[in-house]
Amino acid sequence: MPINYYIFLSVALFCIGVAGVLTRRNAIIVFMCVELMLNAVNLLLVAFSKMHHLALAATNPNAGMNAQIFVFFIMVVAAAEVSVGLAIIVMMYRNTHSVDVNFLNRLKH
Amino acid sequence: MSTTQILFWFLSILAIFSAIMVVASKNPVHSVLWLIAVFFAISGHYILLNAQFLAIVNLIVYAGAIMVLFLFVIMLMNLNGDTEPQKNKWLKIAGVIAGGALLMVFVAALKNADLKNQIAQVNGGNIGLISNLGMELFHEYVIPFEISSVLFLSAMVGAVVIGKKE
Repeated sequence: MPINYYIFLSVALFCIGVAGVLTRRNAIIVFMCVELMLNAVNLLLVAFSKMHHLALAATNPNAGMNAQIFVFFIMVVAAAEVSVGLAIIVMMYRNTHSVDVNFLNRLKH
Repeated sequence: MSTTQILFWFLSILAIFSAIMVVASKNPVHSVLWLIAVFFAISGHYILLNAQFLAIVNLIVYAGAIMVLFLFVIMLMNLNGDTEPQKNKWLKIAGVIAGGALLMVFVAALKNADLKNQIAQVNGGNIGLISNLGMELFHEYVIPFEISSVLFLSAMVGAVVIGKKE
């Protein structure tokens, strides 16, 4: 597969995530759109790792493996981030009885 | 068209359609289910790229664990389409236009990139297999691997402290 296709697929998924963050007010959906953007970047990293591997496999059989390790660590960090983020959303729901991000403007005053 | 090409287009269309439905559906539970569909499509792409370990980890961690956590929180708060806060129409249109403009900028910038004859290897290559990744992970990346356990511990403590009742 030409790498262009993967680039455009990832860019499309990323931009859908950005549009979701901008259009939705539910904090949980905003958070899910952030996860979508993370996954778009992961997909692009794996595609680039396979591109790099194909180009350099003759001299270095392990070329491109680093990218897949990075994707693994991105997933690790995302799992930790989700647990803390959902705890913050639950705390916000307990205080305001809503998950509307528009209520989160108290630091302004 | 070969089988891999058909699979690529099928998975791409499934991923993009499901991603649009995540943003467009009113009910948060439906959004979560569509997001699981996106993760399955992305895992399919990983399998197509022969990154088998990442495909399985993506399914177990994202579609399995993280999405169940989201579903738990949504059902705990009893959110549905009726309680969903809505932005006004113009803000929504502005958001969609902003996302589309970003897409246009990316596509315009990358359209002429000199990548025409770079191919991502599908259906071959063994760097994504678990034996090779495991050797690399526990030789060169063993210190980041151990540090990530500290990250998990601190995330766990943080989640408990934040979620605790006063």
